[in-house]
Amino acid sequence: MDELSRGFFQALELIFSADPALYEIIFLSLRVTGLALLFSTLIGVPVGATLGLSRVRARGFITVLLYTGMGLPPVVVGLFVYLMLSRSGPFGALGWLFTPSAMVTAQIIIAFPLVSGLTMAAVQGVDPALRVQVRSLGATRAQEVWAVLREARLGVVAAIVAAFGGIISEVGAVMLVGGNIEGKTRVLTTAIVLNTRTGEFSLAIALGVILLGLAFVANVAMLRLQGKE
Amino acid sequence: MKRFGFFVVALAFVLFVGACAPAPTPAPPTTAPAAKPTVAPTTAPAPAPTPTSIRAALTSGCHLILSTTTSTADSGLLAFILPDFEKKSNCKVDVIAVGTGQAIQIGQKGDADVLLVHDRAREDQFVKDGNTKERFDVMYNDFIVVGPKNDPAKITGVTMGADALKAIANAKAAFMSRGDGSGTHAAEMRIWASVNISPTKDLQWYNSLGQGMGETLLSSNEKGAYTIADRGTWLSMTGKLPNLVVLVGGNDISQNKDKALFNPYGLMAVNPDKFKGINAEKANEFVKWMLSVETQKMIGSYKDKTGQILFYPHAKQ
Repeated sequence: MDELSRGFFQALELIFSADPALYEIIFLSLRVTGLALLFSTLIGVPVGATLGLSRVRARGFITVLLYTGMGLPPVVVGLFVYLMLSRSGPFGALGWLFTPSAMVTAQIIIAFPLVSGLTMAAVQGVDPALRVQVRSLGATRAQEVWAVLREARLGVVAAIVAAFGGIISEVGAVMLVGGNIEGKTRVLTTAIVLNTRTGEFSLAIALGVILLGLAFVANVAMLRLQGKE
Repeated sequence: MKRFGFFVVALAFVLFVGACAPAPTPAPPTTAPAAKPTVAPTTAPAPAPTPTSIRAALTSGCHLILSTTTSTADSGLLAFILPDFEKKSNCKVDVIAVGTGQAIQIGQKGDADVLLVHDRAREDQFVKDGNTKERFDVMYNDFIVVGPKNDPAKITGVTMGADALKAIANAKAAFMSRGDGSGTHAAEMRIWASVNISPTKDLQWYNSLGQGMGETLLSSNEKGAYTIADRGTWLSMTGKLPNLVVLVGGNDISQNKDKALFNPYGLMAVNPDKFKGINAEKANEFVKWMLSVETQKMIGSYKDKTGQILFYPHAKQ
């Protein structure tokens, strides 16, 4: 218990200490997760919306695949990305291993099924009568999709929020493909593991509190933007 | 209803800005309180931290990837000596600190330029497989057997690791093994083999954790179990292990009478003929630098927070 309360106060102390090393870690966490979320949203929302609106035969199978993907263990994703980006792997020439690019790549793979799968579910929940109505008013296909997405916005935002929570707190993959290099690929979660490993429990708790705080602020911001209608 | 469109645009904007925001500007080194060694190592003779943006990290010139065991990084040694190399060679060293098993695996795939590890048998195999041209002795320390103060296996005063492990097995006293293919785990297995015991998961008292040295020591402390540790990690964590004491190996390396507990570290530059993209020039420079008289002196002079020497230079001059 001692460690917990000390960790909490140390978190406050750290935040206000303006320690450049800490801010570097926080910024890198946000940058890696932000980029991964951006890409998986840009790909995942259209894919999810298309799947939700289309009547393809294989939709059931694709749904199972996406939902299974939501359960992908991050370490397995990390190992896969590691083997792909390894110098002796197919994409070794990129030189991405042990850089933030590798971490973003892994997190996109983790976030994509969440974003697209939950978007699909949200879109499917929209009353089909809406599409008929919009089309009868002369909407183009794109306008129709947009109208449905707008109607499903609660679910779409929930999808993005879920993906954000999934990857900002993820450690297995970024540890493996990033390598936890100080000042280069060390993020909040890998720093927490490092401090736990070396027995600096209160510092680990402090970083955990900061991570939670960031997630809280990010979620408040996203829900604010979503509107209260 | 306009708000959803606004939300999408705003989200994209926020993420984009977040992604592209410039790295924090270099701030003067702060004197970090001693309680947070891993965020800002206080032991290093403070080079100003140089923050790297993603782009800088991707495009900036020289990087040398050092794959090494957790003990060299977690003990603070690398943070102490590496700034000298980075200054002299104008090349940043990226430290990947993992168990020796994984460190060698990373080298085997050509994903590191140079290795600093401690498992002689696997190092020799690495040389044999042509993954490096030569292995160099660089430094050593020793392993110790630690355990609970009440010492249920009665090994206080035992000088040989093998005798101690035998007594632990006979007493069926709880033992924590790294179980992670690390150099320390390999040393433990060698000692078990020398007394013809092959511990398995079926033994109630034997726990194979599959974790790092720090976690294993912490678990032993919680459970009142014996374990084998490298002295460096033990010393750096003693304050957090109130229930454990050193039972074999004494208070410093000169009191350790058992040759089987000797823990040499090997340095190997990855063979550039075998993999594309190896930074061979800097890797060789790094090897030369590590073996140089000055660096060897620096290694021998490094003291941890508690003022103890953790590594002893061992290069042939």
